[in-house]
Amino acid sequence: MTKLLSVRLVAILVGLGFAFVALFAFVIGAYNAATEETAAHVPYEKPMDIAFSFDGPFGKWDKAQLQRGLKVYDEVCSACHSLKFVAFRNLEELGYDEGQVKAYAASKQVPGIDPNTGEAAMRPGLPTDYFPSPYPNAVAAAAANNNAIPPDLSLITKARGDGTNYVASLLMGYQAPSEELLAEHPEAAPGPGLHHNPYFPNLNLAMAPPLTTDGQVTYDDGTEATIEQMSKDVAAFLTWTAEPTLVKRKQTGWPVLIFLLFATILAYMSKQQIWAAVKPKKD
Amino acid sequence: MSFPWAREYQPSNGFTRFLDEKLPLPRLVYNAVGAGYPVPRNLSYFWNFGVLAGFFLVLQIVTGVVLAMHYAANAQVAFATTEHIMRNVNWGWMMRYAHANGASFFFIVVYMHIFRGLFYSSYKAPREMIWLLGVVIFLLMMATAFMGYVLPWGQMSFWGAKVITGLFGAIPLIGEPIQIWLLGGFAPDNAALNRFFSLHFLLPFVIAGVVILHIWALHIPGSSNPTGVEVKSESDTVPFHPYYTAKDGFGLGVILLAYFAMVFFLPNALGHPDNYIEANPLSTPAHIVPEWYFWPFYAILRAFTVDFILPAKLWGVIAMFASILLWFFLPWLDKSPVRSGHYRPLFRKFFWFGLIPTMIVLFICGGAPAEEPYVMLSQIATAYYFLHFLVILPIISSVEKPEPLPYSITEAVLGSDKKAVLGENTTPAV
Amino acid sequence: MADTTATASTETVAQTDDGIRRRDFLDIAAIGAAGVGGVFIVYPLVSQMAPSKDVLAASSTEVDVSSIEPGQAIKAVFRKQPLFVKRLTDAEIAAANATATGSLRDPQSLEDRTKEGHRDILVTMGVCTHLGCVPLGAAEGEVKGEYGGYFCPCHGSHYDTAGRIRKGPAPTNLEVPEYEFTSDTVIQVG
Repeated sequence: MTKLLSVRLVAILVGLGFAFVALFAFVIGAYNAATEETAAHVPYEKPMDIAFSFDGPFGKWDKAQLQRGLKVYDEVCSACHSLKFVAFRNLEELGYDEGQVKAYAASKQVPGIDPNTGEAAMRPGLPTDYFPSPYPNAVAAAAANNNAIPPDLSLITKARGDGTNYVASLLMGYQAPSEELLAEHPEAAPGPGLHHNPYFPNLNLAMAPPLTTDGQVTYDDGTEATIEQMSKDVAAFLTWTAEPTLVKRKQTGWPVLIFLLFATILAYMSKQQIWAAVKPKKD
Repeated sequence: MSFPWAREYQPSNGFTRFLDEKLPLPRLVYNAVGAGYPVPRNLSYFWNFGVLAGFFLVLQIVTGVVLAMHYAANAQVAFATTEHIMRNVNWGWMMRYAHANGASFFFIVVYMHIFRGLFYSSYKAPREMIWLLGVVIFLLMMATAFMGYVLPWGQMSFWGAKVITGLFGAIPLIGEPIQIWLLGGFAPDNAALNRFFSLHFLLPFVIAGVVILHIWALHIPGSSNPTGVEVKSESDTVPFHPYYTAKDGFGLGVILLAYFAMVFFLPNALGHPDNYIEANPLSTPAHIVPEWYFWPFYAILRAFTVDFILPAKLWGVIAMFASILLWFFLPWLDKSPVRSGHYRPLFRKFFWFGLIPTMIVLFICGGAPAEEPYVMLSQIATAYYFLHFLVILPIISSVEKPEPLPYSITEAVLGSDKKAVLGENTTPAV
Repeated sequence: MADTTATASTETVAQTDDGIRRRDFLDIAAIGAAGVGGVFIVYPLVSQMAPSKDVLAASSTEVDVSSIEPGQAIKAVFRKQPLFVKRLTDAEIAAANATATGSLRDPQSLEDRTKEGHRDILVTMGVCTHLGCVPLGAAEGEVKGEYGGYFCPCHGSHYDTAGRIRKGPAPTNLEVPEYEFTSDTVIQVG
């Protein structure tokens, strides 16, 4: 008994020790918080809530939109951003046929070797090749962009919170900082080589506005290429590159859930029947 | 090992008779989770979570072995092979989402299992060993989950590995050599990734082994139950099969509905976007947070911000490990003769209005950036956490006056008429 | 023990004792050998986890500091970890020297942290001493924290112009690695 008491006594002392140190830190922290000013966060905007065809549990790709998005990537983004996890063959999923994919791949130069000398050389792409990177390596990318390396876009919509909306909002969001913001947070003014964008977490990013004029890209399907349209289309395309299986995933989910619901109801009825004999009578 | 009225296995045909003589595996299963295991008849749905945890362990091993067929543990290609699984491998995306969300659901059911044990004091004699083995399983799960999260080699993988191995660096003198030894280098790289993969593959089988010990230890006293009153007679129990196999089957259906809803419709909701960025040792993410199931313990780690005899960092590390290790001592700290929280008015109040809100606060603070008010909230919650288990629990177990217990499980289930028949008093039967 | 039968009976007792002792000794020696063998097995098993030869080989780095302008810093890589080399401005040196060393969490003066004759070159690991993140403040346009040096975005540690911890959870100053000037403009780290 005395031994047990001592176990508990030790426990009480240890518990009081930890609690004391934690509360001591709390008091010091509270004192500092009361006496010192802490840097306030510069507020940034949450992405706009934009409706996409693939939203929601029944979402489907809008292939025409994905094709338009590919065109925006191809003509604008690909100058600086790679798309290294996407192969040309994947473009068949956007509704292109084999011949179109082959032709598109062949229009791109990918790194290879000269078959005669073995030296590094560029060659036309094949459907099995992946989208080539605009820069040979990260150092070249940094050197060409004032030390800010343009990120690979394959996974960008999964690598940012609320990614699809974020990409679209960011592309539409370039603007001069407002007077009130600058009055309240003078440090939020864009430095040299930086551009103000309220959707970017620290408000200033190195990427210059990529979509600047309506009609910058000429859509094959005749859709009017406003900045808003181009932003949404490329955001949709990058959602597809980040997760080509998104629609298949949702479509697989429904039969699985319906089957499970059915099986669970059966399991419940079977459980009720088995337990009926031993359940207390309700009276 | 079991109650005298436990049914005995009867081999029904020549083959099972032969098997029963040479390798009595069917008999073992029959006695473990079949009709040969009498279980209290009054178990609530909170008692489903042990079986569910076993299910998720198997699910993780199956999906994990499949993923290992396509994954390469090399810092150059780990991120790319993960994307290869997502894009090129047939149904690879489903296997990966099933494995990632399976880890989360494994922790959900295990936390339910642990807190059921805490409320009903399932750790008390004669079930101390079951509880101790359970804490061992939980520690192994944490190690396995941590190493698994490193494998995709995203930003959170890398920086999580760096921060967690950095904890060992807080140990005076030997800390830094230990950290370098654990990583096999000066920062997480190939050596670390490879050994984490090796151990991530091994540890689940170690967990499975300890789970067998956990179940073995359970079968010696038998399952506890919501009244905390021990089984007295055959009328207190029902055979595990078919009663609890049916009930667990239903419970499994419900949790699988939630699980597959996550896998197919919100597969990344519990993950962090930064882990879709490839690991980069030269760029630190703005907030480094572990997976959600570590948040309460991460909050305790970060709550110690002031040097007091020991450096603040060392306090945090000690407190984080202590917050789990103290569970080992619970059977000897809580000496109340009554097990179930239903009959312990004071304990019940501290559980629902102290411990549970504290865990929620710690959970929120652990996932939040290290700024006010989260730091101060986590400090108060951390203080309460230690006070609850190490001070409040031992004290209330001696000062509390428990409410009257039912005479038996049968009485609790069927009503009070039994009491009159048996003419027994209702003092705690311990 | 073939010779036991051939000896006189008077010696048997002594022989038996001796035999038992010899057997004990053999048992102990055998168990001891197994133990030594066990250590031989454990040693490589433990030491295989320590850094391998190629990792150790990459453990020293040379940095040319001549191109760094006052107020600027460069990021190099030392043992696959970031290394900050900064040329301090006069104002930054003055700010570092104006701080009373005794009031610091990790009392070090700028003198302790730089080399004789190169007081304006501050070489530190770019690794926060809290939990190992890379602090901001080395590259152009990055936040330098409340004390004008480095700021760790992970848990909010602020370092001053001499890389000393001033505020936040980090326990010690940014580590100054072992380095020397091999010429006036080149340092060798490690």
